[in-house]
Amino acid sequence: MPYIDVHNDLPGIRGLLAFRPETAGPLGQLANLLLKDTEGLTPTERELIATYVSYLNDCFYCHISHGEIASCYLGGDRALVDQVRKDYRQAPVSDKLKALLAIAEKVQQSGRSVTPADVAAAREQGATDRDIHDTVLIAAAFCLFNRYVDGLGATTPTDMAGYEARARQVAEKGYGDHVFQVNH
Amino acid sequence: MAHIDLGNDLPGIRGPMAFRPETAKPLNELAEILLRDDDNTLSRGERELIGAYVSSLNDCFFCQNVHGGLAQYYMQCDMPFIDAIKRDPMATSLSGKMKALLVIAGKVQASGKAVTAADVAAAREQGATDREIHDAVLIAAAFCMFNRYVDGLGTWAPQDRQYYVNRAPQRAAEGYIDFDLYK
Repeated sequence: MPYIDVHNDLPGIRGLLAFRPETAGPLGQLANLLLKDTEGLTPTERELIATYVSYLNDCFYCHISHGEIASCYLGGDRALVDQVRKDYRQAPVSDKLKALLAIAEKVQQSGRSVTPADVAAAREQGATDRDIHDTVLIAAAFCLFNRYVDGLGATTPTDMAGYEARARQVAEKGYGDHVFQVNH
Repeated sequence: MAHIDLGNDLPGIRGPMAFRPETAKPLNELAEILLRDDDNTLSRGERELIGAYVSSLNDCFFCQNVHGGLAQYYMQCDMPFIDAIKRDPMATSLSGKMKALLVIAGKVQASGKAVTAADVAAAREQGATDREIHDAVLIAAAFCMFNRYVDGLGTWAPQDRQYYVNRAPQRAAEGYIDFDLYK
């Protein structure tokens, strides 16, 4: 049960979005632009950054939801997603993504923690300015989403099957108002 | 110097917004609805104050001065009053409701999980509605994003705080959607 009466029983951020559709609009557009974009970073890489930051923020709903979406893109490879959560440095992902996850990790603590050396290291692994920009903004945006969900005590389902079904839907339709419209 | 080549020398969030206008659009729409839309029982000044307070906790110079300047303008107060709120809202003459909402905003800044049912009950006791509590949490969360965006990319900020105070009336009039990033 959320701390406020959201007049619906949708889980996680969906209940909050339905409560205040005016702010849900730009939040959904931002998520779609940052996570479904295919230029530079792949949607899988983008979801892995989102999952990792949400895991660092200890936001169960978000790190499971986005981890399931990443896993869906990866053909069901939950083990890889879990390795990224727990120790991305040892995970079988590209050095570029590792350098970007290191930047995301700093952003999660504070924007001020990111150093020119962190950025130079990502560039050395082939990251473009746009890749670095998007990594910083994805990490920053999940510092918003995670706080929105947990700060209002949103309902967090523990049945994992629900997350898997939602992940397939997001993989197919992307983010937007449909995630909180009940007939979807 | 920003960490990446933004292709412009705009200060603060305006630099990355001009670099990537696609994401700037929903970011500005979110700010407009949360901070400036008049369909809200929290005043513009109160909402800007929540933004300034969280930005101060995140030590983001650009954001705390932009939004502190706007709060100062809307509330018709002076900079020492804004600074006193940043230091300790409880020791100021703010309403009991605003104090309770700033307690929640401060918890959100630390972590969403730091907010308790008791914090929310305390705000309600001071007259805060569910929508006001929702907006206080989302404003605080949004500034945890904006502040990280601004500082995580190493943008520069004018150091004279009066610069922000002087710009506030124009920023208030233009709002967050129909303004020219380059002015």
